[in-house]
Amino acid sequence: MADTAQPSEKSDGLVFHPMDQFIVEPLFGSGPIHWYTVTNVTLWMGLSVVALVLLMLVGTSKRALVPGRAQSVGELAYGFVHKMVEDVAGRDAVPYFPYIMTLFMFIVLSNFLGLLPMSFTTTSHIAVTAVMAIGVFLAVTVIGFVKNGVGFFSLFWISSAPLALRPALALIEIISYFVRPVSHSIRLAGNMMAGHAVIKVFAAFAGVALISPLSVVAITAMYALEILVSFIQAYVFAILTCVYLKDALHPHH
Amino acid sequence: MAASTEQVVSKCIDGYGSAIGMPQLCGDWMANQVFWLVVTLIVIFLILSRVALPRIAEVLADRQSTITNYLAASEELKSKAEEAERHYTKALNDARSEASRLLDASKAEMKKELQSAISKADAEISVKVNESEASIAEIRKNALSSVEKVAKDTAKEIVLALGAKADAKTISTAVSSKIKG
Repeated sequence: MADTAQPSEKSDGLVFHPMDQFIVEPLFGSGPIHWYTVTNVTLWMGLSVVALVLLMLVGTSKRALVPGRAQSVGELAYGFVHKMVEDVAGRDAVPYFPYIMTLFMFIVLSNFLGLLPMSFTTTSHIAVTAVMAIGVFLAVTVIGFVKNGVGFFSLFWISSAPLALRPALALIEIISYFVRPVSHSIRLAGNMMAGHAVIKVFAAFAGVALISPLSVVAITAMYALEILVSFIQAYVFAILTCVYLKDALHPHH
Repeated sequence: MAASTEQVVSKCIDGYGSAIGMPQLCGDWMANQVFWLVVTLIVIFLILSRVALPRIAEVLADRQSTITNYLAASEELKSKAEEAERHYTKALNDARSEASRLLDASKAEMKKELQSAISKADAEISVKVNESEASIAEIRKNALSSVEKVAKDTAKEIVLALGAKADAKTISTAVSSKIKG
């Protein structure tokens, strides 16, 4: 996004800076970035909160019996996540619905805000997705032990398998359990980062007159795909959270 | 990104303001991202759990109950309408059968009246016919006798006019025999 500000000696020929869009920078001044500094991360996370307020508070403020457009979308989001929690994690997982709704709404709004030109995609950063994934991992583990006590270990001890295989299976299960937050977070961040970087690469090619039509078509196609990915990755993150929650509430296979 | 004149802004950005490697892996920025993420998630959670989700749940429950009420009301109205239709059909059928019954009755009555009128008229006609026949016969009889009388008178006058004398009895006998003959 800073391609126009490039010094002339770097502008010769094709200039690829597909990763520049992910740079975290202070909104005011150019000092070092402390943990409390107001940055573009703050701006775009704040905009996701604004979008949430518009959709879920302003949109539903009329409490219309026959919903308008904004209220319809808000109710749709509510129904979608609520049904997902109920279907995947079971009825006793409904008390955790607000937490999963929080994750889903934040991810889906950030993903779509990140599709705006010149925007900053907060969910493309592994630091962001890792915090959410580790949060889910810790919460699910704590819930599992609180609800089931030592019985939570039966998640790793597969009683339906032959006794001789069980220790080996237990090892595999434990490894896969601890790999969960890694795959959970990298899936989301990787998808978002890759799509945006590819769009940026095509955009750089648009500077060459000969291939610019192809490049524009490719950007359009990638953008369409990214719209799909933005929703699907939010859905995947939420549904995996539900699956992990189901394991914590019902560890017996 | 006004950092193009500086040599190195941080270990993640080069002197031209471009990223070195993946910005995602820049440790300097992670604390900032984590802090603002936690703030954002807490704000979103509070908005959702305190206001938005209860409100939407309430709206959905209201709508569900309204739909249920409307469905029940429409069921009731439908049964009422069906009953009204049943009544209407029944009344219509009753009226039809009543009408046809009345029609039949009046037809029979009219037929009877007609029949009696016809027979009365027939009787009157036959009486008249008899009377007429009698009067015709009488007229004919009178006419015959008148003819005889006129003939006798005429014959007597003719005989007188011819200068003969004839007594009335002879003339009468002669005329009578001529008329018969």
